Amino acid sequence: MTWQGWAEIALTLGLAVGVGWPLGVYMSRVWNGERTWLDPVLRPVEKAFHRACGVDPNKSQTWFGYAGALLAFNAVGFLFVYAVLRLQGVLPLNPQGFAGVSPHLAFNTAASFVTNTNWQSYGGETTMSTLSQMLALTVQNFVSAATGATIAAALARAFVANRGEGVGNFWSDLVRTTLYVLLPLCLVMAIVLVALGVPQTLAAGVTAHTLEGGEQKISLFATASQLAIKQLGINGGGIFNVNSAHPFENPSPLTNLITAVSINVLGWAAFFAFGRTAKARKDIRALVAAGVLLLAAGAAGVYAAETRPAPAQVAAHVDTSVNMEGKEVRFGAPSTAAWAAMTTGASNGSVNGMHSSLMPLGGAVAMFLMQLGEILPGGIGSGIAIMVVMALLAVFVAGLMVGRTPEYLGKKVEAREIQLSMLAVLIVPLSMLGFSGVAAVLPEALKGLMHSGPHGLSEILYAYVSGTANNGSAFGGLSANAPWWNTTLGVAMMLGRFVPMIAVLAIAGALAAKPKLAPTAGTLPTDGGLFIGLLIGVILILGGLQFFPAMALGPIVEHFQALAAVAALH
Amino acid sequence: MGDPMTSLDTHAGEGRRKAAALAGGLTGPVLVRAARDAFVKLDPRRLTGNPVIFATWIVALLSTVSAVAAVVAHQSAGFAIQISLWLWATVLFANLAESVAEGRGKAAADSLRATRVTTQAKLIINPENDAWIPTPAHKLAVGEVILVEAGDVVPTDGEIVEGMASVNEAAITGESAPVIRESGGDRSAVTGGTTVVSDWIKVRVTAEAGSTFLDRMIAMVEGADRRKTPNEIALAVLLAGLTLIFLIAVVTLLGLGKFSGVALDPLVLGALFITLIPTTIGGLLSAVGIAGMDRLLKVNVLATSGRAVEAAGDVDTLLLDKTGTITFGNRMAVEVIPAPGVRADQALRAALMASLADETPEGRSIIELARGQGLAVEPPVGALSIPFTAQTRQSGLDAGGRSWRKGAVDAVYRSLAIDPKRVPAEVAAAVDRIARSGGTPLAVSEDGVLVGVIHLKDVVKPGVKERFADLRRMGLRTVMITGDNPVTAAAIASEAGVDDFLAEATPEDKLRLIREEQGKGRLVAMCGDGANDAPALAQADVGVAMQTGAQAAREAGNMVDLDSDPTKVIEIVEVGKQMLITRGALTTFSIANDVAKYFAIIPAMFVVALPALGAMNVMKLHSPQSAILSAVIFNALVIVALIPLALKGVKYRAVGAGKLLSRNLALYGLGGLVAPFVGIKLIDLVVSALGLA
Repeated sequence: MTWQGWAEIALTLGLAVGVGWPLGVYMSRVWNGERTWLDPVLRPVEKAFHRACGVDPNKSQTWFGYAGALLAFNAVGFLFVYAVLRLQGVLPLNPQGFAGVSPHLAFNTAASFVTNTNWQSYGGETTMSTLSQMLALTVQNFVSAATGATIAAALARAFVANRGEGVGNFWSDLVRTTLYVLLPLCLVMAIVLVALGVPQTLAAGVTAHTLEGGEQKISLFATASQLAIKQLGINGGGIFNVNSAHPFENPSPLTNLITAVSINVLGWAAFFAFGRTAKARKDIRALVAAGVLLLAAGAAGVYAAETRPAPAQVAAHVDTSVNMEGKEVRFGAPSTAAWAAMTTGASNGSVNGMHSSLMPLGGAVAMFLMQLGEILPGGIGSGIAIMVVMALLAVFVAGLMVGRTPEYLGKKVEAREIQLSMLAVLIVPLSMLGFSGVAAVLPEALKGLMHSGPHGLSEILYAYVSGTANNGSAFGGLSANAPWWNTTLGVAMMLGRFVPMIAVLAIAGALAAKPKLAPTAGTLPTDGGLFIGLLIGVILILGGLQFFPAMALGPIVEHFQALAAVAALH
Repeated sequence: MGDPMTSLDTHAGEGRRKAAALAGGLTGPVLVRAARDAFVKLDPRRLTGNPVIFATWIVALLSTVSAVAAVVAHQSAGFAIQISLWLWATVLFANLAESVAEGRGKAAADSLRATRVTTQAKLIINPENDAWIPTPAHKLAVGEVILVEAGDVVPTDGEIVEGMASVNEAAITGESAPVIRESGGDRSAVTGGTTVVSDWIKVRVTAEAGSTFLDRMIAMVEGADRRKTPNEIALAVLLAGLTLIFLIAVVTLLGLGKFSGVALDPLVLGALFITLIPTTIGGLLSAVGIAGMDRLLKVNVLATSGRAVEAAGDVDTLLLDKTGTITFGNRMAVEVIPAPGVRADQALRAALMASLADETPEGRSIIELARGQGLAVEPPVGALSIPFTAQTRQSGLDAGGRSWRKGAVDAVYRSLAIDPKRVPAEVAAAVDRIARSGGTPLAVSEDGVLVGVIHLKDVVKPGVKERFADLRRMGLRTVMITGDNPVTAAAIASEAGVDDFLAEATPEDKLRLIREEQGKGRLVAMCGDGANDAPALAQADVGVAMQTGAQAAREAGNMVDLDSDPTKVIEIVEVGKQMLITRGALTTFSIANDVAKYFAIIPAMFVVALPALGAMNVMKLHSPQSAILSAVIFNALVIVALIPLALKGVKYRAVGAGKLLSRNLALYGLGGLVAPFVGIKLIDLVVSALGLA
């Protein structure tokens, strides 16, 4: 560990929050339908869009209508992606001549991209045609990110409503978030990336002649534009199999910093946007603070784990203080630590180093951040929405201790909100642990593992944790392109995505209908250090503790076994 | 009456004594009955409303089956038997908490039931000649008229239609001094079970048999129709959700453990499950709610539902009647301002002479004021008292050819033929100042000469201002309700330190104010006794009716104060808050406990197959079996240990929410993290010393 390393981690995390703040104000203006400086250009486009679709963007929907529209839109998106992948062999723009994708892989991939997970059971450069990449996957990169943002907008509106009914218009939120936020930002970022050396071309690749006289085919793709939305949309699916460790996706320390920051920037922006739209800036800043503290602790945990002499290296008398296995030598431990925490704290899933090669505790941190439900800062909007669910639970558990029935941001928290919050929270261990528990004893599933023992268990656990959390990062070591894994992971991704989303929208409906209460001196303060501490405690105990037994059998025992093995040598 | 401070600050000693009659203490018989009830409640049908304890019941049953199976198969069953016993103990302790809480109410109900005798009523069959026939009380129908004479027990609830009587209401209120009940007005309600001490009354029956006030009171204290409050339901949902989450965590361990080569004993998995689910709060939740009602009963307030107690904790705005709550009932003299050229003592003496024959509280307060300044005079022999009349609007005394008068300023001016415009400037200024400060000026004359002005004032009870400051810190807004004019009201409001006031208030104004406050999302508490208070009492979130009040008011409110003390509403809010705090504290404690339990059980479960996990045994527990057994024992005993807290309630302090939270979070959150580490370790020492595991 060096001070430069700590500084780099602090800079990366800090920049994401710092840039997220003003972007959040802008995002809130977009949600609220306020004027933005892009209006002259984009307003006509937006209007044309709504006219073409026959949507009245000013008509507020009930939570039920909103959720119905969201599900319908995603169902159509899912079927479209599935169809394109299955048919890519006969569709145009297939210069490499790839065949149609197998049914289970198409199901998995469609589920993965519709749910903003971007789990890839395939290697991009060897499976997907240009058309599939652009028309099926990239489109979902945008709209799945915007879908996540819509639920935050709806929930934020519910907190300002006073005995209201509507939570906003899904179509308007979807179109405006895509058009005003994602597209312009990605355009700017793609241009910057091109300037920094990231390729952007429709050509399939170039053929290089090596010094030995051999021939090498180097894939290129429209990398910069894909990369921009992959990071900003918190998608994470790489164009190249090794993701952001690949020199074309991440050519320099500067692009590493920019792309790392962009993993979290819109997640935090959605926090700030939520605070502005819900007229609760101070309270939401407390949620940001809790999130940043947990994320920083996670990054510090990975960094500390990776910069300690690894027991195996000590045993082999290798003199090194940093575990460099699976890390890109250009980046080193601090960059990998910051990235690992940020990509798992957000539901991004891109990697610039292999998580399977992290030390057991480093891998445990990556898994744990996902198990918390993707709230640090999670996906755009989906993160803040679940963070608010956590705040509701925190207020409910401890809020009674001020002698009032619990309320949050002026809304009473009652049986229905708790029911729905528990549903949103419950589905996470059910899917993560449930599928893992079955896969752990199923020979069909175990064929895909590279390791046995605790590390093998981590491979299983990581896959379902990543899928359910809609993260999409892979631990490595698992060969997931098989019917069992593709199917169950696809189901896990859908459960982890849509069950909490429906619950959040139902909460929004319930809260909107309640009267808005004025705070008094007797109201639980939800904006100070005390609440931040309380919230962190609730997140760790309610959100994380149930994974402790499973983690004990995976990374934790692996850690102690490694220590014990070294101790036995001396 | 005692020191006004004490009667406002806490419930007076008198109230406590009366309460003892209603709410029995934790006496031997109560505990015996509670212990018996705890076993009766083992019937699983009674547990379905409590998912956590129901889950414990199922696991206890399963572990018993496995223990029996082990015994039958001649395997070592000591561990399984002990785990089973402690799991059953967990369920029993939870049942015990509830039945102890109920037991106090049941004891109170029994004493009430004893007063409900089957009375013969005198049913009037002929209103002309008041002929009556004896009829059993339970056969009376609503609307019939009965006669109740001195010595009779009032057979049922009713409204006096004729007559007036003194009634001993000790059976209901515990207060043995009789009260006057008469037809017409707000004192016309009589309650079944009370006794007419003198005179006679004719009463129109207003309650069906079985739904009288006494019946409802018995049902209430017994908790017969106790329903879960909204917050209890929400909490039960959370606890059920947590139970499910931990069920998932434990069941999936079967597969994960098999992969890791760990042979998992289902008994141990069951033990892990029970220690993780929130059995502490699950076991104590209903006891906390019942104890809240019980604490209200102790201060002689009956709540019609737990919902009302919960609402009391949430109250934002408190409507308080000025008279009796904020000020003493009567205006009192505080000073006598002499007219120009008159000595102060002469003016005071004149005021005293004018009041010697005045029996009104105002008149007596003038005599008190003079005595306080060392002036005491016996009425002169042969003095003629001049009474107050509506025409003269003054009163006084004539003696020995001299005369003293006091009265309304303009009336005195008129009788002295003083032109109000030519009154000495000092006098005019004094009158003006008194009026503006919300007081009442009285002019005093001696032998036909104006000698000074008496300042009568509504005196704010001592300690009230501090109490309102406390309430403000708690986040409560106080609104004073008064029939006074706005000037007087404003003056008293600022002196008492209330946040707002409603002057010249009519019952309609009250109702409108409540609706306005509720429209702003605030919960309102008020108390009232008049029939015209009924709509406002019904509209308020917490409506406290006075037991002495009109029947309509008692029906409309959701609480009845048996002491008829309007300041009680403040205590009611505190009891509500205390109940919510207790519930939150126990929930937090229960959930925080889980961390330590993991550290006890997880290494114990896995250490045989994965010795490296022994490093997690931070408590250095004796053996895997003793670790698991200790965690289960701790989990059961902590319920018993917390029963007193659940019944007594967490101490409530009138400080802001932030301070309350940080204090309780440190106590029950951090305490909940640390306590089980210590507790499990200690139990482990005992368990291993006794060789139990």
